Amino acid sequence: MHIKTMAEFMAEGIQPEVLFWVGCAGSFDQRAQRITKAFAQILDKVGVSFAILGKEEMCTGDPARRSGNEFLFQMMAYNNIQLLNGYGIKKIVTACPHCFNIFKNEYPALGGEYEVIHHTTFINQLIADGKIIMKEGGAFKGKKITYHDSCYLGRANNIYEAPRAVLEAMDVELIEMKRCKTNGLCCGAGGAQMFKEDEPGNKRINIERTEEALATGATVIAANCPFCTTMLMDGVKNKEQEEHVQVLDIAEMVARSL
Amino acid sequence: MQIVQQILFVLLAAAAVFLFARKVREIRRNIKLGKDAGINDNPSARWRNVLLLAFGQKKMFKRMTPAILHFFVYAGFVIINIEILEIILDGIFGTHRLFAPYLGGLYNILIGCFEILAALVLVSCAIFLVRRNILKLKRLNQGELNGWPKTDANAILITEIVLMALLLTMNAADYNLQQMNVHHYYNTGGPFWVSGLIAPLLSGMGEGGLVALERTCWWLHIAGIFAFLNYLPYSKHLHIVLAFPNAYYAKLVPQGKMDNMKDIQNEVLYMMEPDKAPTDAAAAEPHRFGAKDVNDLSWKNLMDAYSCTECGRCTAVCPANITGKKLSPRKIMMDTRDRMEEMGRNIDQNKEFVDDGKSLLHDYISTEELRACTTCNACVEACPVSIDPLSIILQLRRNLVMEESNAPQEWNMMFGNIENNMAPWKFSPDDRDKWAQELAEA
Repeated sequence: MHIKTMAEFMAEGIQPEVLFWVGCAGSFDQRAQRITKAFAQILDKVGVSFAILGKEEMCTGDPARRSGNEFLFQMMAYNNIQLLNGYGIKKIVTACPHCFNIFKNEYPALGGEYEVIHHTTFINQLIADGKIIMKEGGAFKGKKITYHDSCYLGRANNIYEAPRAVLEAMDVELIEMKRCKTNGLCCGAGGAQMFKEDEPGNKRINIERTEEALATGATVIAANCPFCTTMLMDGVKNKEQEEHVQVLDIAEMVARSL
Repeated sequence: MQIVQQILFVLLAAAAVFLFARKVREIRRNIKLGKDAGINDNPSARWRNVLLLAFGQKKMFKRMTPAILHFFVYAGFVIINIEILEIILDGIFGTHRLFAPYLGGLYNILIGCFEILAALVLVSCAIFLVRRNILKLKRLNQGELNGWPKTDANAILITEIVLMALLLTMNAADYNLQQMNVHHYYNTGGPFWVSGLIAPLLSGMGEGGLVALERTCWWLHIAGIFAFLNYLPYSKHLHIVLAFPNAYYAKLVPQGKMDNMKDIQNEVLYMMEPDKAPTDAAAAEPHRFGAKDVNDLSWKNLMDAYSCTECGRCTAVCPANITGKKLSPRKIMMDTRDRMEEMGRNIDQNKEFVDDGKSLLHDYISTEELRACTTCNACVEACPVSIDPLSIILQLRRNLVMEESNAPQEWNMMFGNIENNMAPWKFSPDDRDKWAQELAEA
């Protein structure tokens, strides 16, 4: 399977339907690469015409902005917008809620206006359009699954139902955690916490969240964010439950159910 | 004798209103220490928020028990105010139950409803006291509440209980006087619904005793209300007023949207495209990055601080606070108010603000607190009166990083990686599409 870059599309003189913005975690983090591959496979299988930016993609500047470094953020945003506008990008899909949030809410003020879709919403649309058809008795049918709302998809952008609809389409038994949807608890990675040690306290946030997820008795913790996935996996390992409980992105679950 | 009471009443009312108005002007001035926020778009969505969030208390109902109790106190406060109007008019004109002859049978029903509300307020406040002081709910007993905030909370609840008890006792004495056909006590026809139950206990008191009791309760009740009015601006209880404008000015864009810094955007633009840079030097005047003190924040941030009633719903859902970190969004709001009031006192003394060598950042809010935030928006979502602690945290962080270069080592490395490798980790940009090559080879 060959994934074409925008440069290749440009050379052929055609526009893809959508740009798949992979994000730094999805590009470099070994665990998150599996999410990226799963989502690319779904797009390929369904026949969506999509491109990536390849080596040209850059950090959106989200961790810089959230930690207070507005200069660096503005630099990254300027360069990204030059690149995206240069290619005439209209529609972006991304598997990272942080990239999603910053494109959707913060780039427009800087001259970067795109239709931005999170991959769980995109997958849900493909299901609704009949383009994704899950196989009968799929890998997760009837399995106890709990779903972790990421802050940047949930509270930040009020997307709670699309990811759940995708899970429903896989016939899972969804068990909600007590803190879910608007009350969902953070995994601990947001606001550039991913890139530093916790401040002094008596517990790590991902442990608190993982304990809650494990208490549901679910065998899969479904996530929608590469950072949440990492945090929850660390939590599951810390609790020595990795033999019994998987942490999976919704795209990975769908890819396994096709 | 009557005229003396009238004069006393008018003087008392005038003093209460005068003092309150003076304090309101001070609060207004303090809020205006903040920067312009340019919030005036979409009035229909804003009024909707006032109806849903302030009048309807939508977010309170995320926690049912306090929501219902609080609703009683809120409804009681708003509705019983109709009776306060009658009490004030009686005070001015020397009348007694001025509205009764005009309303006929309806009057007793109205007073009956007020009394039921008063009883509900009384019971609810008593339960609130128990939750605070005996059950010791965590969010009502955390460190930042030690001292004055706890005293403030209890003082409000006790005052409300006392005021309601005075109102009911007054009505009970009044009913007994009506039964005795005492001059001046208009017969409203039948006992009131709640005070009617305690009225028989007072029946042995005799006319003189009852008049004394009724008058004492009437005076203490209305004087208490005037005192409470003037206590409000010093207290966390100011939310009963500011919850309404605060809902109106609440953020309408998605919670995930951070404010843009136009000046830095332009600076980057002029750096990348020098031909776009303005030629006049005036445009390059020095400015502060982010917020160091309260006057760097927006007036909405400052109104947020005055609107906070320290309920701690924000702190109770804060992932950092839950896991024992120092950060408490409630403390961010309390600190902002404390510093703003300190700045206000400084202005009162010196005519204008004279540098006191202090700032909100560091003297009130530490770097450790700011660095613990995951920007998860749980605090923003939880606040029933549309306060945004995250906005303040992020502005202070901007100052820390951009003016003080004060970031943890790992963040500095992350900045360096983004700048040099276009990713927050130290990977080569050439490897960015390695996953795609792997897929192609698979």
